[in-house]
Amino acid sequence: MELDKIFVIIFSIAGIAFTYWFFLMKKEKEVNVENEVDIKVSGGYSPEVISIAKGKTTKINFLRTDPTECLSEVVLGDFKIRKELPLNQKVTIEITPQKVGEFGYSCGMNMYHGKIVVK
Amino acid sequence: MSEIKKTFPIKGMHCASCVRVLEKSLGKVDGVLSCVVNLATESAIVIYDPKKATDNDLASAVANAGYKAELEQELKTEDEQRQAKQKELNGLRNKVIISLFLGALILWGSFPGLMEFAPSFLTILWIQLILAIPVQFWAGLTFYRATIPALRHRTANMDTLVAIGTTIAFSYSAFVTIFPSLLEGIGVKPEPYFDVSTVIIGLILLGRYFEAKAKAGTSEAIKKLIGLQAKTARVLRDGKEVDIPIDQVVIGDVVRVRPGEKIPVDGKILEGQSSIDESMITGESIPIDKAKGDIVIGATLNKTGSFLYKATKVGADTMLSQIIKLVQEAQASKAPIQRLVDLISSYFVPVVLILAITTFVVWYVFGPSPVFLFAMLNAIAVLIIACPCAMGLATPTAIMVGTGIGANKGILIKDAQSLETARKINTIIFDKTGTLTNGKPVVTDIVGDVLQLAASLEKGSEHSLAEAIINKGEEERVKFANVKDFKAVPGHGVVGLVDGKRVVLGNRKMMEKEGIKIENSQIEKMENEGKTVMMLGVNGKFTGLIAVADTLKETAKKGVEKLQKMGIEVVMITGDNKRTADAIAKKLGIKRVLAEVLPDQKEAEVRKIQAEGKKVAMVGDGINDAPALAGADIGIAMGTGTDVAIESAGITLINKDLRSVASAVELSKKTMKTIRLNLFWAFGYNIILIPVAMGVLYPNFGILLNPIFASAAMALSSISVVGNSLLLKRIKI
Repeated sequence: MELDKIFVIIFSIAGIAFTYWFFLMKKEKEVNVENEVDIKVSGGYSPEVISIAKGKTTKINFLRTDPTECLSEVVLGDFKIRKELPLNQKVTIEITPQKVGEFGYSCGMNMYHGKIVVK
Repeated sequence: MSEIKKTFPIKGMHCASCVRVLEKSLGKVDGVLSCVVNLATESAIVIYDPKKATDNDLASAVANAGYKAELEQELKTEDEQRQAKQKELNGLRNKVIISLFLGALILWGSFPGLMEFAPSFLTILWIQLILAIPVQFWAGLTFYRATIPALRHRTANMDTLVAIGTTIAFSYSAFVTIFPSLLEGIGVKPEPYFDVSTVIIGLILLGRYFEAKAKAGTSEAIKKLIGLQAKTARVLRDGKEVDIPIDQVVIGDVVRVRPGEKIPVDGKILEGQSSIDESMITGESIPIDKAKGDIVIGATLNKTGSFLYKATKVGADTMLSQIIKLVQEAQASKAPIQRLVDLISSYFVPVVLILAITTFVVWYVFGPSPVFLFAMLNAIAVLIIACPCAMGLATPTAIMVGTGIGANKGILIKDAQSLETARKINTIIFDKTGTLTNGKPVVTDIVGDVLQLAASLEKGSEHSLAEAIINKGEEERVKFANVKDFKAVPGHGVVGLVDGKRVVLGNRKMMEKEGIKIENSQIEKMENEGKTVMMLGVNGKFTGLIAVADTLKETAKKGVEKLQKMGIEVVMITGDNKRTADAIAKKLGIKRVLAEVLPDQKEAEVRKIQAEGKKVAMVGDGINDAPALAGADIGIAMGTGTDVAIESAGITLINKDLRSVASAVELSKKTMKTIRLNLFWAFGYNIILIPVAMGVLYPNFGILLNPIFASAAMALSSISVVGNSLLLKRIKI
């Protein structure tokens, strides 16, 4: 086999391994929220994973600074909330979870994801 | 002078005096021209001259009054939001036109078969590079803008795929243009692919443009509902009629409504009468006559008369606001079917990236010559063909359209789960009183001259049957006589002295107890018809009878028939005795009757039928039978008045039309069919076309997917999913 093909094979395997590690093996840092949290919406949600207490009303303030159309809506399906996030404008959502568990939220097209852990 | 208007939230307000304090404080700021503070929305609308007053001045004025202004959270009005959206859409349209135009020129100058007829300057590689740059870095900037922050989060999306795919095509082509001799040196023909990078960007943006337009159609129902709201109300203040904005109407305000005007908020008529068109809220097409004491619903249309009414519900408590909130929640809720989609979409883009790398290496190692070009173009085709958007849009767009259609017809669906469950229902239990019937008994037969005596006697009774007799007496204008020694015998009837005569009114048991011989042959026949018969005895002698019955709702028979035609078993549940219940059921064609069921046993009966393996819907008024509604697989509440008793029910019929039960099931079936078709399309598309793009058909059939066709297919795929959801609007239910 020619040298260039061997190089391509080695780089491709490394590329696949990197892609897998980079996107699928990331550790989500969980942020513990007491009463209120600001979530920055730019290329995803930061913080991405928040943990809140069951039965307690928590305010989540979304601030979108990323013009990507996909992020212009946030959907918290388990809490029946779908909100427009106008650019550079804080949008507050209040939730009072009644059940313990992990509840995902996403953008309107289900591409960017975040998680609310209720404890 | 340029003035600006700003709406912002204020924290810490709790009473009407806060409003005055704040308005005073804000009004004193130099440059403020007017300000309105709203307690209900906890916000202020300030018009001011930005040259004289700054945000800080406003904030400190609010702070001096003891509150907190959140100026950074300026609330955009619906109008402003719409304008911003429109501006975005126009910008997108311009990008589409320019990139497709430039892409077409490059294609003309580079595509074999076309380039021979192109003006010679278009075939110059440097010209193509110059034409491709604005498409890549101006029109395509949106893909980079989305990709870079996403990568910081270690996530990838649709834009990442497009950005990587077009960047590879563009960079290779630029390299070929700038260093052609380097490629010639290794025996590769210096052929750029600017057409690929530009046309892909143009087509994908075109897809987004149409998708954005179509998506706006999915939320039309909500916009329509919001648009129903009246803007102002004419209220009586200090003896004068004044027009005020609707958000300033408070409970207890007396409101004047003239012919042709919208009723601003919910309330009760104090004076006057009119015919009111409630179709926009309840779906009921015939205007309803209303007079003193009747309830009016905000946002409905006053047709003929003028009247005064007292506001009983304002702001977020009005029926319209509740409906809007409910529909918004339903549209945001997650259908169980969506969970699987969620799981797949979280892995989708990284998997596509891995597949693209695999495609590249396999073509490079095993593919035909020129290996690099085949490998690169096929890898780009894989990146471009993958369409996670279609999967993301498949379920929510259909749910939004489905719940919206329901709302327009007076069928309020609580959430996506209810919509998904309704289609599986094969047994529907109707509560009788108040659901199938009007819940108000009326006199149906009178035998003998008994009405005056019976009505007089019943004046003292509180029984629901008594009300029917008294109403009949008032209707016939009988002279009510005084009653002495009135006595009610529970479960039997009533007795008293009328004009010195001993009058007894009651059932058989009462007559037996009084020793009165019943001389009438029609009683049994009437009872078999579902009527309650009361006999009247005067001074120990039978004189006649009065039959009372609850009347069936106009739509009951058709509603039951419609369900039976759909193959759904209809069951009636009631506390009435078996004979009455059977008679009503017979009229409606209902075969299975659960009679003599006490209210607290209804839930157990629902569970019994569920235990037979049936999927059960319970239809009731939502108030007395809340546990049974909650216990059923799906609860359907018939809305009454202005209270939307939705909490215990999955579906509320505010149109009070029993045919809508079948319509709701039908709507569920159609919506779920659309969702399944959407998902089948979205998944099928990716499952079939990704391997084609990878080149699996090449060894046997020589078929490869040109990246340009891949981008066209990808753009069409999301549009078709949204379009399919919009097709739901055409269904007839």
